[in-house]
Parts: sequence; structure tokens; C-alpha cells
Amino acid sequence: MPIAVAPERPAVRSTIDRMAPPSGLGDKVFKWFTLAMALAVVALVFLVGWQLARGSSLAIHRFGFHFLATSTWDPVAEQFGALPFIYGTAVSSLIALIIAVPLSIATAVYLTELAPLWIRQPIVSLIEMLAAIPSVILGLWGIFVMIPWLRDHPFPFLKKIFGWTPFFSGPIYGVSMLAGGIIIAVMILPIITSVSREILRSVPNLQREAAYALGATRWEVTRIAVLSYAKKGLFGAVILGLGRALGETMAVTMVIGNTPQIRASLFAPGYTLASVIANEFTEATTDVYLQALFEIGLVLFGITILANLLAQLLLKTMGSTIKSGAVQ
Amino acid sequence: MESAAIIDPPMITPVSSPQQQVASGSEPTAAAPERPPAFEVERLSIFYGEKKAIENVTLTIPSKMITAIIGPSGCGKSTLLRSLNRMHELVPQTRIEGKVVFAGEDIYAPHIDPVVVRRRIGMVFQKSNPFPTMSIAENVLVGLKLNGVRDRAFLRERLEQSLRMAALWDEVKNDLHKPGISLSGGQQQRLCIARAIAVEPEVLLMDEPASALDPIATAKIEELIHELSSNYTVVIVTHNMQQAGRCSDYTAFLYLGRLIEFAATTKIFTNPSERQTEDYITGRFG
Repeated sequence: MPIAVAPERPAVRSTIDRMAPPSGLGDKVFKWFTLAMALAVVALVFLVGWQLARGSSLAIHRFGFHFLATSTWDPVAEQFGALPFIYGTAVSSLIALIIAVPLSIATAVYLTELAPLWIRQPIVSLIEMLAAIPSVILGLWGIFVMIPWLRDHPFPFLKKIFGWTPFFSGPIYGVSMLAGGIIIAVMILPIITSVSREILRSVPNLQREAAYALGATRWEVTRIAVLSYAKKGLFGAVILGLGRALGETMAVTMVIGNTPQIRASLFAPGYTLASVIANEFTEATTDVYLQALFEIGLVLFGITILANLLAQLLLKTMGSTIKSGAVQ
Repeated sequence: MESAAIIDPPMITPVSSPQQQVASGSEPTAAAPERPPAFEVERLSIFYGEKKAIENVTLTIPSKMITAIIGPSGCGKSTLLRSLNRMHELVPQTRIEGKVVFAGEDIYAPHIDPVVVRRRIGMVFQKSNPFPTMSIAENVLVGLKLNGVRDRAFLRERLEQSLRMAALWDEVKNDLHKPGISLSGGQQQRLCIARAIAVEPEVLLMDEPASALDPIATAKIEELIHELSSNYTVVIVTHNMQQAGRCSDYTAFLYLGRLIEFAATTKIFTNPSERQTEDYITGRFG
């Protein structure tokens, strides 16, 4: 059908004629700019990995797999084994998660499900403040307040009750793997709590109502409607915390004792990958020493990435396995 | 859709047609008028903070019948519905005056636990809300399991029974282990109805249960509501007047938090007593 044009008033321009043609420039700039930024982030990750690998190539050549599997750290004899540090990082992070995860998630649940409205914001602000405390200040607090207290009260108590297990036996010094784990727990508490809180807040109210309407109590509502709905997100929050825990340096260095050894007892001092780099970088006078520290950095980098990949894999399997029907 | 429905709501089955009940009263199959009412709402006012959502509402909701609550948006119909099983209390800072008598007791009496009230008065919501981490079977049985039912044979029986009542059994009987959210929108809503009736509540409250559904799914839900009314007292909120006309026995018209008129649905739609009711159902406002 031909489009009818009003012939009697050709001088009048319609609104559409007054509009400028759409400019493709904005879209193009937008697309390339964001793409470039996204690529820059990816490139940064690879660059860091590559630099670390390059910086430690000599050590990798010289020690090979032994670097990861031996426990001697003797810069004078140029013997470098990273196992105590890997162990220290793993165990201190694990302790931190064991302490921080229940605390954080319980706090987040309280804040979203139970707390009276007026109390929520003050608690949230306090938790955020905890995140703002510089690591070194927490470390100082750890040395002068936490460790003396731990040494005098909770540690002897733990020893009395669980002393028969290897984990809580042996002499109590104060500075220890356990103290390191506890200080990391304090440091990762805020991030896990605030991410968990956001996750729980994003659970639709309709889910809660569905459970309430079935005559569920508050705890039952939280269990069947809130936590199960949010469990993937909560897992993500924990992984974020783990990432922090693995790399946490300053405060841990101040309380863990900095002794490269592998002891079953959590009362014994330990050492982490991050701490050894921070402590010994200035003393690394020989090439191979410096390279060994670089390789420690590479290992830490690898562990962090591995932990994240594993977490994502786990999340995928979590998504696809829904428990089979109750009566099947 | 059918505009005739406004004038003369066609009933799906004539058995529980309100004209008959009102007229003859003692039909053997129809709900006998002497049966005690499901709810007696007495001078009920509900406040959200300072805002008055429901003002001095008094009405008697008959048992084993379908009562529709209609009215323009924001008139308090959802609040009134939710006050019947204390769901409105989930909104912070609500306050209530008056009484809601259910089974001879004021459900707002201090010694009454809202959890117990909600176990006896089920609810279906505007948007279907199956639990996403649960299978179809688990969704249906979650209420029973919460209440400590462990007998597997009984659970299996209730599962089939509830899904059959919700007219979903034939569609899902081979997929009971699949996640509840794998179903279509209409099926999910019927799953939610099955979940609500699995615990055998005495009353089913429905808050615009078909408003998010297409006409075919809506028709299925309406048919289902009608069938449910032989066993349950159903109270349904709807913004769709044809729906109220099609599937309810009694209709309450609410405007600005006040009950304007409550009567048999046929009366409301053919010969309302109040001017405001007439204006609303003929589409002059709202």
C-alpha cells in the first residue's frame, strides 16, 4: 500500500523529521571501551602469573617438584621446601573458615530474619567497621590482647578437654597456628557476613510466605525457604572468605609464630605462604633465595586460583543435583 | 472475555448454586445453612503503622463455600484475606482491632499461636512459589514433613491424592522427582495448591491465584477451585470480576478498607443493594 502523504501542508515537518538520525558512535565507543576494560582485567591475571613464573624459573629448575614436597627451609644452605608454608596456609585458612562461617551465616540470618528493625542497621555498621580496621592494628591487638588471653584461658581449657587428641597437645606458647586461624577468622567475618546478608535479603518474600502458610515456625521457614534457596549464594560467600583467608598476611604474620614446621598440634607455631614472603623479602640476598620466595608467591597464586576453580565446579554440581523425590 | 458473566454468572455445576441455597435452603447436597460458619469477622480494623488498611469490617464467611473478595486495587482485600490466617503480621508494625473467630475461637487471642492457625488455614499466592530446591513430590509433602509425618505409605498416598485434587497428577506422575520449578506457570500454581491441600487444612485462602496465568490455565484453576469447595472453605481475592462471578458463591465488595456489601454472588452481580457496588461491577469506577 502506498503511504499517503498529506499534500496540502508540505511545509509542516513532523516530529520524526526533526529528530537526529541515531548515532552509532555511542554504542561503538561503549562496546569497545568495556571490552578493553574487561580484557585488561584478564590480562592482569595472566601477567601476574607469568611474572611470578618468570621470577622463579631458576628455583623451579633447581628444585623441581621437591620444592612442593620437602619441609626444609634453610636459606644459608640454600635448601628450600615450601611444604610447611603450604600446610600453614591451608590449616590456618581451614581454622578460620570453621570459626567464621557459622558465626557469619548465623549473624546474617539473625540480621535478615529475626532482628528487630531498629537494631539491624547499627549491627551492620559495626560489622562494616570491623572490615575497615587495618590488618596491622588487628595484628597488634592479636599480640597484646588476644594471645595472652588465649594462652591463659581458652588454650589450657582446650588442652584439658581435647588434650588426648594430637591437635590440642604439646606446649602452649600463645603464638600458634590456632591463634593465626582465629585472627584470620576475625578478618574474614565481615566479608562473609555482609555478602551472606545480601544473599539472604535477595530471597523473595514469597518463598518465606509459602513456608509460613504451611504452618512453619521461624526456624523451619529459615531452613526450608531461606537457607535452601540461598545455599549456592552462601557457598559463594564462603569462597570469597576463603580467598581472603588464603592471602591474609600482616595480622597472621604477627601471631602465627613464623616457624616453618609441620606439627599436628594447633598450639605449635606455624608459618604461611604469605607471611614468609612478607618477612623474608628484605633478607633475600642470594638469587636463589629470592627466586624461592617468588616461587612461594606462585604457589599461593596457584592455590587461590585452584580454590576458586574448585568452588565453581562444586557450585555447578550443586545446581544439577536435586535430591530425588522423598517417596521414590 | 464473556461480558454476559457480569449479569448472570454461569455456574460450573448447579449443585452449589447460591440461588438454590438461598431459595430452598435445605437441599440435601447443598451446604446447609445451619452449618457453623467458617469465619466470623467482628469489627476488624487493621493498621500498617499509622495507615488504616481495613476499617471496622464485620462479615460471616460460610463454610464449604467459595467466598470472593473483590474491590479496586489498594482497597485492602489482600489484607483482609491475610488477616484470616495472620499472614499480614509478617509485615512489621501491624496492629489489629476486633476479632476473627475461627472454629469458635478468636485467632487473635493472646494464647493462640499463629503457626497453629496457619496449619489449619492454608494459603495460595498470586505468584506460584514452589520451593526451587525441592522436587515436585517434596514440594507437595513439605507441609506434612514439617508437621512430623514420617509414615511413607501415608505420604505416598497423600502425594497422589493431593496432586489428583489439584488436577496435576496425570501431568506429573512420571516426573515426581523433577524440580518443582521445571513445571509451567499454570502447573506450578496447581503444585502450590497441591502443597496447600496436602496438609488437609480446613480453609484455603487464595490471593489472586490466577492473575499471573493465561486464560487456559486460569480456567483450570477456576474449575479446581470449584471442585475444592466440596471439601474446603475457600476464600478468594480477585481483581477479576468475571472470575468472582464465575466461581464464587458469596461475594464481598471492599472499598477503601470498608466492607460495602456482602451477599450471595448472584445478588451482588444482578441486584446489588449499594450504589457503590453497582458502580464498581458495571465498570463505572475502579
